[in-house]
Amino acid sequence: MRVGIVGYGAYVPRLRIRVEEIARVWGHDANSYREGLGIEEKSVPSLDEDTATIAVEAARNAMRRAREVKPSEVGALFVGSESHPYVVKPTAATVAEALGLTPSLTAADTEFACKAATTAIQACLGMVKAGYIRYGISIGADTAQGAPRDALEYTAAAGGAAYVIGAGEGVIAEVEATYSYTQDVPDFWRRDGDSYPRHAGRFTGEPAYFEHVINCTRILLEKTGTTPRDYDYVVFHQPNSKFPLKAARELGFEDKKLHPGLLVNRLGNTYSGSSLLGLAAVLDVASPGERILLTSYGSGAGSDSFSIRVTAAIDSKRKLAPPVIYYLDKREYIDYSTYARYRRLFKER
Amino acid sequence: MRGTGGFSKRGDHGLKREVAIVAVGATRFGEHWSKGLKDLAWEAGVQAVEEAGISGKDIQYIVFGNMSGGMFEGQEHVGALVADFLGLNPVPATRVEAACASGGVAFFQGYLAVASGMYDLVAVGGVEKMTDVEPGQATEILSAAMDYEWEAYFGATFPGVYALMATRYMHDYGLKPETLAKVAVKNHYHGSMNPLAHFRNRMTVEDVLSSPIVAHPLRRNDCCPVSDGAACVLLAPLDEAHKYTDTPIIVKGVAQASDTLSLLERRDICTLNATVQAAEKAFAMAKLARRDVDLVEVHDCFTIAEILALEDLGFCAKGEAFKLYEEGETYVGGRLPVNTDGGLKAGGHAVGATGVKQLVEIVKQLRGEAEGGRQVDEAEIGLAHNVGGSGATAVVTILSRR
Amino acid sequence: MSVSGVPRHWRSQRERYRLLGTYCENCGTSFFPRRKICPKCRRKGRTREVEFSGRGRVFSYTVIHVGSKTFDEYAPYVIGLIELQEGPRVLSQIVDCKPEDVHIGMEVEVCFRKLFEQEDGGIISYGFKFRPVDDSWVEYYGKLLAEKKARTAQT
Ligand SMILES: [Zn+2]
Repeated sequence: MRVGIVGYGAYVPRLRIRVEEIARVWGHDANSYREGLGIEEKSVPSLDEDTATIAVEAARNAMRRAREVKPSEVGALFVGSESHPYVVKPTAATVAEALGLTPSLTAADTEFACKAATTAIQACLGMVKAGYIRYGISIGADTAQGAPRDALEYTAAAGGAAYVIGAGEGVIAEVEATYSYTQDVPDFWRRDGDSYPRHAGRFTGEPAYFEHVINCTRILLEKTGTTPRDYDYVVFHQPNSKFPLKAARELGFEDKKLHPGLLVNRLGNTYSGSSLLGLAAVLDVASPGERILLTSYGSGAGSDSFSIRVTAAIDSKRKLAPPVIYYLDKREYIDYSTYARYRRLFKER
Repeated sequence: MRGTGGFSKRGDHGLKREVAIVAVGATRFGEHWSKGLKDLAWEAGVQAVEEAGISGKDIQYIVFGNMSGGMFEGQEHVGALVADFLGLNPVPATRVEAACASGGVAFFQGYLAVASGMYDLVAVGGVEKMTDVEPGQATEILSAAMDYEWEAYFGATFPGVYALMATRYMHDYGLKPETLAKVAVKNHYHGSMNPLAHFRNRMTVEDVLSSPIVAHPLRRNDCCPVSDGAACVLLAPLDEAHKYTDTPIIVKGVAQASDTLSLLERRDICTLNATVQAAEKAFAMAKLARRDVDLVEVHDCFTIAEILALEDLGFCAKGEAFKLYEEGETYVGGRLPVNTDGGLKAGGHAVGATGVKQLVEIVKQLRGEAEGGRQVDEAEIGLAHNVGGSGATAVVTILSRR
Repeated sequence: MSVSGVPRHWRSQRERYRLLGTYCENCGTSFFPRRKICPKCRRKGRTREVEFSGRGRVFSYTVIHVGSKTFDEYAPYVIGLIELQEGPRVLSQIVDCKPEDVHIGMEVEVCFRKLFEQEDGGIISYGFKFRPVDDSWVEYYGKLLAEKKARTAQT
């Protein structure tokens, strides 16, 4: 049975702030951030956007593409995020209600730093394969937090992507295999009640990101008996432009296979949305028969890898919703004071 | 089948007797920091009682308008509260609520109480204490007069809803902001002559157009203020009016009509159908024509509302009223003097009191007692028009000296 | 919006989330907000719930610069009276555009946004807003395909 993606959708808020503007406020050297992180600008949510609204927009786009799916056939919905609007009260229930999927489904919010939604995709794949549900939806969305003046402030962005998982003729991208790699690594965290995450600086590189992304991908390749040459595209979690590029090179993927799904320079790091928006951008251009390797990364730490093969069904469904590049182009720049207002950095009392 | 809102089958509307206003009283409208709701009601009530030369105990029934003692003051049950404060227990006292038309509706109820033969002396009042809350809070309380669920909930404000009417009106009929501003300029001119007005400063078109935007295209000087104030009139049967006054003012017609609370379900948002309906009935009851009217008090909560009112009351065709302003015809001395006390814009808007305050002005005009140079020559017939919310309630009253 | 409690927010939540109204199968008229009975057909009416397409045109609009306490944080914001394709009108905010670009007749489509947050850690109210229709994304697919062809030709 062919199991995989039957619909996907992206959403990115339209406000942007440039690296130069943030650097100007803090007296930082913009170039060192631009080149060091490989980022030009990042998306910013409006005052009336949060993880729930982004998740709904992305999921509505996904359901437009998954046109054969009736709302009543969706048996599960998960929202992976580290910026759920409520600490207790599920974003997933709001999204399910807004999509008209209630009440006959299971729903939950998942959290594993930036890989919460790829894990939820695995959950959906499992439930579909086991016959528990006909379709499941997993959404990765964030209005990422980065403390003012922290390096994270340059990249912490807003956006999300949604995937409808199912089986049969409607599958536009078959998930051939998936593998995960998890260890306890304190590279990035946010304690309950804190507004911003903390991170262990350069420690987040070798023992955290690269250890998990590279090993997870390598083991998936081994298990499936494939090599980088068998893939037309590779997508990694993208906290900056440098990390995914370095990981790809170390694994032996040509740069050109990474580029179609590498959005961070214009988008920033959308945390739970990051690798899944990259995958969406690849699906926007992939042809039937092409193969995609996707590896997410979540601090704390773990990776999920997927070997994906695009099917002929993609041609008729792709054009039912906007491509990621449309959202990247549709933008309005704001200055830091507007940014501060929208991110509610000013204390009124 | 829609309800007709008609009268009883008897040709005389089933009423037993004619009614007259025999005395009036009103506080200044404005910021009364040292006066609460009860103090304001007392001040207006005492004036009317003294003018009639009666004892408060002669009053048989009190009915007054108050929009939201509950939200402005945390005080409901203000009917009995006011009666007690005036020392009038056990006189029955009823507070009526119809948003900004509360005063007009109270008058309609008081009129029925006398006309029906039930009571021979009725005090009709209106009172609102608005300045005890912050302006943002006041905006929120007033927005309760709209459809809460499908207007206020989405961020609509009161000025915002009238701004929607203004935008459409400008689009459909070519009204320009400069002409709209003339409504406020005229009302401030009239207000400058009225000692009870909230604002007594004169204003230019430029002053209006340079004031900050509240809800595009309406600016601060297109909007009435939030005021404290109270007003009172005493009603008696016409054939007993001479006991209280030499100049009774006769209620020739009074009618109230309802419409949707929200704009959503009105196909024409530039017409307040409740005003149209109430005006038709009031004129029919008074057996008078529009041309018989010497002055009008209309509900200009926003400048655009005054334009719409003159059309909906039947004084002008739709899309024509603003031309009167280009020609200055709505000033005292013009073809149709409008809001000689400054209206809501300069006169002030103590929401529950406004409908009664309008009647006080008409009475003064018809008696020839309007001070400050705003007296309309030989005024015989005046009309008052009071609106609740964005037009869900309208009351039209026609008063005559003879 | 502190005057009303949680149940009141919840009661009309589905209609706000999905722009639901009423359709009368007898006369083919749509209504918003929902109605129990078709006012045209009365007893003969057959009404059912309908999810509107979410497309419409601006019938009138305003830009609120002074909001009520709950909404002041969002000012200036655009309020539109929007005529839906199906006929009924809704009042809603128009987002994702500059206020000066809004005009009568402008085509808009529904989106999902936060309406307001109750004070002091109260609930968040979500619901429909509108944004300008922008179908320019359709043309992106041609461009994307052409770019891909060019890339393959290079290698
Ligand atoms: Zn019908």
